[in-house]
Amino acid sequence: MIAMIEKFRSRHDRALLLIVFWLLLALFGPLCSSHDPGAIGSQSVFSAPSVAHLLGTDYLGRDTLARLLNGIRHTVLLCFASTLVSCSVGTFLGIAAVTARPWVEALTGRLADGFLSIPSLLFALLVIAVFGTSTTALIVTMGVIYTPGAYRTSRALAQRIARLDFVTVARARGESTPYIILQEILPNMAGPMITDVGLRFIYSVLLLSNLSFLGIGVQPPKVDLGSMVRENMLGMAYGSPAMIVPVVVIGILTVGINLALDSSSGRR
Amino acid sequence: MAATIQVDNLEIVGRRGKGTELPIVCNVSFSVQRGEMLALIGESGSGKTTVALSLLGHIRKGCRIAGGTIRVAGYDVTALTSHECRSIRGRVISYVAQNAGSAFNPALSIMRQVVEPALVHRTLPRRDLEARAVSLFRALALPDPETIGERYPGELSGGQLQRLMAAMALMTDPEVVVFDEPTTALDVTTQIEVLSAFKAVFAERGITGVYVTHDLSVVAQIADHAVVLKDGAIREAGTVSKILFKPEDPYSQALLAAAEPRSRQADLARQPEQRSLLDVRNLVVGYGQRTAAGLPEKVVVNHVSFSVPKGRMLGVIGESGCGKSTLARAISGLQPWAAGELLLNGEPLTGNVRERTPDQRRHLQLVAQNADSVLNPSKPIGQTLARVVRFYGGLRGAAATRRVNELLDMVRLSPSLASRLPSELSGGQKQRINFARALAADPQIVLCDEITAALDTVVAAAILDLMKELQRDLGLSFIFITHDLHALQSICDLIAVLYAGQAVEVGPAMALGKGVHHPYTRLLHDSVPLMEPGWLESTRIRRADETMPATLLNSLSLDPELCCFLARCPDRVSGLCDRVPPPVRSVPAGPRVLCHLPAPICSEFLT
Repeated sequence: MIAMIEKFRSRHDRALLLIVFWLLLALFGPLCSSHDPGAIGSQSVFSAPSVAHLLGTDYLGRDTLARLLNGIRHTVLLCFASTLVSCSVGTFLGIAAVTARPWVEALTGRLADGFLSIPSLLFALLVIAVFGTSTTALIVTMGVIYTPGAYRTSRALAQRIARLDFVTVARARGESTPYIILQEILPNMAGPMITDVGLRFIYSVLLLSNLSFLGIGVQPPKVDLGSMVRENMLGMAYGSPAMIVPVVVIGILTVGINLALDSSSGRR
Repeated sequence: MAATIQVDNLEIVGRRGKGTELPIVCNVSFSVQRGEMLALIGESGSGKTTVALSLLGHIRKGCRIAGGTIRVAGYDVTALTSHECRSIRGRVISYVAQNAGSAFNPALSIMRQVVEPALVHRTLPRRDLEARAVSLFRALALPDPETIGERYPGELSGGQLQRLMAAMALMTDPEVVVFDEPTTALDVTTQIEVLSAFKAVFAERGITGVYVTHDLSVVAQIADHAVVLKDGAIREAGTVSKILFKPEDPYSQALLAAAEPRSRQADLARQPEQRSLLDVRNLVVGYGQRTAAGLPEKVVVNHVSFSVPKGRMLGVIGESGCGKSTLARAISGLQPWAAGELLLNGEPLTGNVRERTPDQRRHLQLVAQNADSVLNPSKPIGQTLARVVRFYGGLRGAAATRRVNELLDMVRLSPSLASRLPSELSGGQKQRINFARALAADPQIVLCDEITAALDTVVAAAILDLMKELQRDLGLSFIFITHDLHALQSICDLIAVLYAGQAVEVGPAMALGKGVHHPYTRLLHDSVPLMEPGWLESTRIRRADETMPATLLNSLSLDPELCCFLARCPDRVSGLCDRVPPPVRSVPAGPRVLCHLPAPICSEFLT
């Protein structure tokens, strides 16, 4: 067990550490600021950084840091949840396509092709226009959008592994399908799948930020990085941190994880 | 005159990840005179390919030349810049890789790829190059030299592609050609054609070359001098006849001993006839829709029958694509069959492994081919074995551990290996674990699919010894699928020769090489290279003397009922063989042959 963790850690340590860092920031970050993210604490709007407001104030005079920490929480947790949905459903379907009867593969493959052909932003707009915005709707929508990609990756991996001799031998021994999936196939596709999970996470951060920027993502009083940018668009004229900092954070979040994933897959 | 290739004190070091640098090649020196062929002999990991590639100035990523000089045709390769390297590669020195099947781009026609290296170096205009290519195709005895260039790699066979790759390497008239195991992936019957085409071209054009191989009998045919490498160092160097017939170094002697065909046969003739354990009766396996006759569209295994007596070893031999592996899959219940029967201990087996009883599954075990993929890479081998022990025997905990240790001992491995992952084992060790896993089920018959194909000669010989021991000690039966006639002859009691899905001959292994046989068995027997210089020429001459088919038959237009070997058969009789399906003939104390006129193997074939 320890050996397995060691192996896992040495392969994916950077990307994994980074994701854990963002999760911790999402869970505990809002506790670090004494300001209420919703309270109007200052008379001046778009004020410059000061001791009272470390990152200045936003367009209503609210503390930017408190709102930023809150925004990170929503962005990260929402995207984490949707990635969990897309990757677990995608992996399940991908392996099912390889191990179950041929019609399962035909059906899932065509469905995935269909979903992939719809532009993701349009699809999200459509779903939200019909079902309205709620946290659940956002998670499910983004989960559905990124399931076909995860399905494709896992199917390709599982297909390669299922053809290897040790799986053939297990089948010849008469092992059950769940045993073959859980013990023979899954452990050997974990590495590349982790990379895929990281990529889906980045995609969902970008999509959620887009949606919120358009005003159909996270709704007030809740706040996320995309909606912060939209709210404080006027601040661009004043060079206000309330508009610039969320943009920078989105960049650091996505590019950082991407770079970490690249370096870990390059070293394999 | 200076040697064309002069390598002095070559040292190559490499590192894995961030570890310290380890020597890969140490202090290697050799020289090749103009017009000579040098063989680099060694097992996998001996550094032979690394040395060969360094002649082209190519060093794998993570490795570097730490010392020594390489001079090829007047160029100091170690001192060249990457730009200069590019200008000599393909022009002064060229390379023929091992697997021609994957070395060609499937999307471009042959001609475009063959003239490409010469076009890059702008030696001649395209029109002249194409004319040159055609003359090379002719020299390499390729069929339809005028038009073969218009075809695509997918339409050609492995042996043809290998010769085309040699043509590509020779396009620029290079000073030196490096061959990296060019015939290892080919069947023996194809290998002989490729080797003789190579040899004719070498002689005609006076090519200087380096030939990397592990096959000593190929060395005997093709090279003038040889260098034996082990762990990156030269163990012995000299002329081929000295290395092959008077080796001084113990390692060369071991290599030779392993390559020498030697019988591991116990004298079974005196033992009473055993009852039949596994019977295959008229088995038909195929793919695609069923036709009106109830048979599949594409038949891969065609009415094959044989039986394996208890405690005996049956060898199945045939070239790639003859249906050997499909037969193995069908017997192990992974590929349903269209017609015929399979009986284990007299009880019929179904074509789906899930529908077989646990005992039937236990008694018939599969040992799969590829040592690198037979073990789950994320599980320690102890767990892999313990799973089988628990699956069939229901053993857990200490009893299971004891049984695992017992199994490791049975395949001559230390119990301390149980905690290792497969990636930490060598190829031979993996193949032994592969065996142990089959033995864990306590089987009656073990189906071995090409288990020695990917192993080095010495390691493969040890695995064959192990099989014979297990057969003797545990009374196991084996089906041993292979394309290596030597291995087959040395351990099997019975053999079945498969050609195009049909068992053209089934009989005792002892009778092989004497008496009456199917023409294909003779061809096969005849094509296994012997470790004597001149074998290639004498075989070629004998082949030419044989009455070759007057007209080439299109094998696709033939009635499937007729003899499957008709298109290639040297002995066919028109009016008989192309009219009437061949009968099954039994020779007393000999094989059962599917032929109109099984002719005896001439005695001089056996020398």
